[in-house]
Amino acid sequence: MEFSGIVARIEEAHPSAVIEQVVDEEVTKDPFAVLDAERLREVMQTLRDDGNLAFDLLLSVAAVDYPEAQPKAKKKADPPPDPIPGRFELVYHMLSSVRNHRFVVKIKLPHVERPVAPTVCDIYPTAEWHEREAWDLMGVHFHDHPDMRRVLCVLDWVGHPLRKDYVFPTEYHGISCE
Amino acid sequence: MGALDHKLEPTVLTTTVDRLVNWARRSSVWPMTFGLACCAIEMMAVGAAHHDLDRFGSGAFRATPRQSDLMIVAGTVSFKMAELIKRLYEQMPDPKYVLAMGACATGGGPYYKYGYHVVKGIDRVVPVDVYVGGCPPRPEALLDGLMALQAKIDRQHVITKVPIIGAAT
Repeated sequence: MEFSGIVARIEEAHPSAVIEQVVDEEVTKDPFAVLDAERLREVMQTLRDDGNLAFDLLLSVAAVDYPEAQPKAKKKADPPPDPIPGRFELVYHMLSSVRNHRFVVKIKLPHVERPVAPTVCDIYPTAEWHEREAWDLMGVHFHDHPDMRRVLCVLDWVGHPLRKDYVFPTEYHGISCE
Repeated sequence: MGALDHKLEPTVLTTTVDRLVNWARRSSVWPMTFGLACCAIEMMAVGAAHHDLDRFGSGAFRATPRQSDLMIVAGTVSFKMAELIKRLYEQMPDPKYVLAMGACATGGGPYYKYGYHVVKGIDRVVPVDVYVGGCPPRPEALLDGLMALQAKIDRQHVITKVPIIGAAT
């Protein structure tokens, strides 16, 4: 099934769950749909269970940190314009090995410093470690996740290293990091 | 009944304790079975037939720190691993030696600037005897490092006079 067909199927089952869809070849070679974060779980359930969609594989859960962008003032005398709010997005790559089609879902997370997202690891068990990784490295907290611990860093590590504003520690347990 | 029976006169060899003990020590430097990253692949190549670490008496990779003399830190050391390396080092019996193999173990390597998770040199965790550069080092380089370690062992003194601090001379 083509991208538009998949989106149509989602919109049929969950009206207004798809906020935005980007299919423009000049913007992206890999079309994606931006979902309402609150409704991610019900859409994921449909993606998995609907016979025509049949997405049986969740390939990855990735977190992206878009730092706040500061646009330039049009004239030098103008006061600087308001920064464009950025921060965290989650990207879900899905594959249906039955129907042989792929799909990309994105959600934008509302909170800036302490982003929270719904977990999908009861729908796709493979998401459990992916979500732990997103928590470990990006600090995205997943609501109702059964085991929200770090997965790569040491358990008592401070901060989330892949954030754009991450500050390197100076030492860890007496080992200098300078 | 060996081939040399009755062929040699009863013989006395004279040497020093230092030379005898150092000869024994450097001829059987047993490394610990322990690899962290891509350097470990080169280390295995050194142990295999083509380069044959056994020629130097170091082919016996021991699976426990209790029986090892040499720790070859072959690879990238993350902070998570650093504490375990320290514990392994402390579990090794004296005399014990550490060889830092490759750029990561010597000084952080490619992770020096932006690697949040990499210890920038294993000498921040355990004392290092020999550094081997390279990314990863060629098997010959590791052999050279081992020979440098043997030369270092040869310079050791087994029995030394320990000066008593404060004693009248």
